[in-house]
Amino acid sequence: METQLEHSEKTQPPPVPVAIGRPPQASAWRRARHSLLRARWPIVAIIILLIATLFAVFGPQVSPKDPNRQNLMLRLTAPFTRDEAGAMDFPLGTDALGRDVLSRLIYGARVSLAVGVTAVVIGGFLGTSLGMMAGYFGGKIDDMIMRIADIQLAFPFILLTIMVLVVLGPGVVNLVLVLGIGQWVTYARIARGQTISHREKEYVEAARCIGARHWQIMFKSIFPNIVAPLIVIASFNVASVILAEASLSFLGLGVPPTVPTWGGMLAESRDQLLGGSWWLAVFPGLAIMLTVLALNILGDWVRDFLDPRLRGVGF
Amino acid sequence: MAKYLVRRLLQSVVVILGVTLLSFLTLHLAGDPTYLYVSERATQEEIDQTRALLGFDRPLPEQYLRFVVRLAQGDMGNSLRARTPALPLVMERLPATLELTIFAMVISTLLAIPIGIISAVNRGTALDGGVMLFAMFGQSVPSFWLGIMLILFVGLSLRWLPISGQVPVLVPLLQGDLMTAAENFPQAFRHLILPGLTIGVFSLSRNARLVRSSMLEVLAQDYVVTARSKGLRERTVILRHALRNALIPVITMIGLEFGFLLSGVVVAETVFSWPGVGRLVFNAITQRDIPLVQAAVVTFSFIFVLLNLLIDLLYVQLDPRVQLK
Repeated sequence: METQLEHSEKTQPPPVPVAIGRPPQASAWRRARHSLLRARWPIVAIIILLIATLFAVFGPQVSPKDPNRQNLMLRLTAPFTRDEAGAMDFPLGTDALGRDVLSRLIYGARVSLAVGVTAVVIGGFLGTSLGMMAGYFGGKIDDMIMRIADIQLAFPFILLTIMVLVVLGPGVVNLVLVLGIGQWVTYARIARGQTISHREKEYVEAARCIGARHWQIMFKSIFPNIVAPLIVIASFNVASVILAEASLSFLGLGVPPTVPTWGGMLAESRDQLLGGSWWLAVFPGLAIMLTVLALNILGDWVRDFLDPRLRGVGF
Repeated sequence: MAKYLVRRLLQSVVVILGVTLLSFLTLHLAGDPTYLYVSERATQEEIDQTRALLGFDRPLPEQYLRFVVRLAQGDMGNSLRARTPALPLVMERLPATLELTIFAMVISTLLAIPIGIISAVNRGTALDGGVMLFAMFGQSVPSFWLGIMLILFVGLSLRWLPISGQVPVLVPLLQGDLMTAAENFPQAFRHLILPGLTIGVFSLSRNARLVRSSMLEVLAQDYVVTARSKGLRERTVILRHALRNALIPVITMIGLEFGFLLSGVVVAETVFSWPGVGRLVFNAITQRDIPLVQAAVVTFSFIFVLLNLLIDLLYVQLDPRVQLK
């Protein structure tokens, strides 16, 4: 059984006679499920991500307290402290203004995930479209797009991000746009390479023969065939954008301080370090690390599953 | 080779022009940049004066031309805070930052290579699994958080290593004062460890994984099989035949890495109060001292472009298969 599974994962789906009339997706899902059950780490990763997503979407409903409610009498309460009645009001403690750390963590998930996913969607869309255009049309369009990509790659991008945010001022929209635009090159290069390898294939030829327009060929015929490596890149990319967002929030260039974010909480924790309030630094950092770790693990698995040949590329 | 050199140099010039154009345009993103230079209470007259003084009333292409010409003369405008030229302020802090970056690069490459090889050679064992899991963690830790944790546990609780400050080595070395450099070295090293680790762990993890996968790929090649069947010792096969080719992608990575490390420097220097360009940039950000940020960004980018040029040239030396186009 074991060997058969491995066999079916690495090669085409096994020729099951019943499967003839069925859509190919069914077997792909089944293979995904089998492969997922065999590898344990991706399941842990999915659970972590589900919890983070839950926090992000239902933050106000699941958070025990108002994340911005200050209680100066109870400032810097250590985690797991019980009051006289024996109740644990602030399971993860309070910060320098007496705000509940747990509630702020739950609200923080929203910004991290929203920024990460939106920026990747923007970058992915921009990069894929430009890369496919470069690959499909070739010639001058290709030259121009890839030259711009080269320049951007030759530039430590986070520095430019810092500069743009200093000029434009911090804010969620600016942050998402800048981080998103920063990601396009990766997608463009991969989309271009893949498009070039598909451009001359018979099915594209066929589409051309029946009079399909350029954009139809690009997005309806070629795109579905090149989407796999792009998804892989995207899952790693969300992880690195979340890290970048945390760094920028830490530098005070992220979202305004009234919105709780993991990076912002870490920045605030610095002032309390020498006083020994370790929990202010430990919990938000753990939240970032677990989320990013889960995305990386999942990215690894998606890569190996979608295309074993990509194993060990980059990262 | 000469032809390639010229071509590659020209390419670098284009990139550097692109960099200057980008950082020039950034300044104009928010509309009239004059407002970044004047206080909020400035009168219209003062604003107009500043605009004329800084040349922001000229057409954009002319402004860019002036910007490039001034840049070529090493003039990047005055810091709004210090009211002195911005570039010397950056240059003054550069040695401390280079020390930190080079140290971080050394740990991230020198440790990554043996770790990657050991992992590849022991593929599929518990050792390999452990190392790769650790590398996975290393790639997921926000570096500034790692810095804070190191301060908290290694610095404050265990009191093993200093958590802030720097002892100069590069400056006396450049001034030819070898005695001071040698004397300072042990202390400097102790100060470098925590911030260096903070910046380097991400790259260390990524490089270790890269060395491993690249090594695995090379080990499956025919010439490695040949080397083995000649009866060479496993050690020789791995170190002589496989490693050399496995390192090629790693070297490309190092060039890109440097830019990455430089960006990490801003955060790490802030956490560890390291007197380098990074902390300068951080302070400039909080004070919205844009010319200073710009000067630092352009300097970093120059170093980055030059380093990648060097790496490309080295590449040709290392891998004779690379065709000079």
